[in-house]
Amino acid sequence: MQESPTAYPTSWKKPPLIQNPRLRWALWFGAAIYLALALGTLEVNWERVAEGIPRGTRFIAAFFPPDFVTRWDSIVDGILESIWMTVIATVAGIALSIPFGLGAARNLAPRPVYLFCRSVIAISRTFPEVILAIFAVKLFGFGPFAGFVALSIATIGFYAKLLAEDIEAMDPTQAEAIRATGASWFQWVNYAIQPQVMPRMIGLAVYRLDINFRESAVVGIVGGGGIGATLLTAFDRYEFDSAAAILLIIIAIVMVLEYASGYLRKWVQ
Amino acid sequence: MAVFQTSDGPEWRRRTTSQQLAMWFGWLIAVAIVVYCFKLISDNTIWFFVLDAGTQAGDLASRMVPPRWSYMDELWRPVWDTINIATLGTLLALIMAVPVAFLAASNTTPHKTVRAVALFVIVSSRSINSLIWALMLVAIIGPGMLAGVIAIALRSIGFCAKLLYEAIEEIDVKQVEAIEATGATGAQKLTFGIAPQIMPAFAGISVFRWDINIRESTVLGLVGAGGIGLQLDSSISSLAWTQVSLILLVILATVILSEWVSAKVRHAII
Repeated sequence: MQESPTAYPTSWKKPPLIQNPRLRWALWFGAAIYLALALGTLEVNWERVAEGIPRGTRFIAAFFPPDFVTRWDSIVDGILESIWMTVIATVAGIALSIPFGLGAARNLAPRPVYLFCRSVIAISRTFPEVILAIFAVKLFGFGPFAGFVALSIATIGFYAKLLAEDIEAMDPTQAEAIRATGASWFQWVNYAIQPQVMPRMIGLAVYRLDINFRESAVVGIVGGGGIGATLLTAFDRYEFDSAAAILLIIIAIVMVLEYASGYLRKWVQ
Repeated sequence: MAVFQTSDGPEWRRRTTSQQLAMWFGWLIAVAIVVYCFKLISDNTIWFFVLDAGTQAGDLASRMVPPRWSYMDELWRPVWDTINIATLGTLLALIMAVPVAFLAASNTTPHKTVRAVALFVIVSSRSINSLIWALMLVAIIGPGMLAGVIAIALRSIGFCAKLLYEAIEEIDVKQVEAIEATGATGAQKLTFGIAPQIMPAFAGISVFRWDINIRESTVLGLVGAGGIGLQLDSSISSLAWTQVSLILLVILATVILSEWVSAKVRHAII
């Protein structure tokens, strides 16, 4: 590298991430073309945006100050409904996830059961809560029951998948030791597998509770009850100050839940 | 663990009696809460509609097949829009998330109050769903893709910044000290000491979030923020169920494809 031992290089350049320069430039070029195409489809009507800016500032100003008082009763109703919905959706969802999670673990279930459970999980994971809620509302009518069903199904996709992955990653020696004592299948699951996955699963249950509360604000938009319905009404009536109050309450509850779940998870582990 | 002395010798049990009682009491309270919540929900439910759900589901299913394949011609553009909303939204979010993450990480933040503000930004962005952001933005800047892109971006800041600041807090200090010892300025420390260490995490986070955003951007159209959700909304309102089933299949295909791409890319990076 050096011509003589006394002449050290005075400058240094970081080596590039992709060694092949042709590939590197091709990637940059492709990214630039995509960006141009994507921005082209954005169809931003700048006149409309410029027009919208003073209107937008008026809209934003309408959010302040948040009005907790005028609609306080319906806000409380909505929040409580969301909380009930969250609690039972989480419990029911987790109860349903346990069989699906056991079935979707490759080291536990026979091949056909495995494939069936995996496809149920994949489908429930693919569709966002809102789409599930639309169909739940169609089938079960407006109200919190539809939201409860939608959130429970969404919970299966999340919880059963993680449960299955945890079971697949468990320590097989413990399972073998229990099996060697002549345990039945249920005893085997209860004493060999359950204690191994339990600490992480409790943490994930609290985490899912947190997610379900956030999502319960959205299922209301399509008629699933809860605080989302109250929020949508506030938007539809142009009562942005009440809407701001609802959003602040949601943020506050989520913050509390997040800290609580953090502590609980530390305590469990 | 407890060992009891009985007449037949010592007996092993997993918990002591008081622990066992406390556990049962805890379970009792939990069950009571769930039953109470369920009662409140069922009071607000019209059970006639719920019991009717089976026939409704059968009826709906019979109306949804076969999917109207010819509708696909009108769906290519919305799918392309959906992917663009997710991609541009993720890019915008990453641009905003990087400074927020550096301000929120306890080892790079300039001041404690700045850190608190950054953490508040992260939490509020995470706790409000992209659909609600879109609802607000459609009211402010009007319906269209731009509202969707910004909604996705605002929602993703919190997620990306949170994971990124955790990565920053976990960096190896020695490397930064070594760079500092050469007399590097603050900016040089950042680019040569910290950035290379968090690059893999950064790439992983962006691809992961892009994957989530594809899923979220499929529904933004329900509130008028562009993408395939617009077609879904209009098909549902006009009771065109054969179109709805086709749209659901398209969403399924898009999401599976994006999951596959993101898994491949993450595998290649890490």
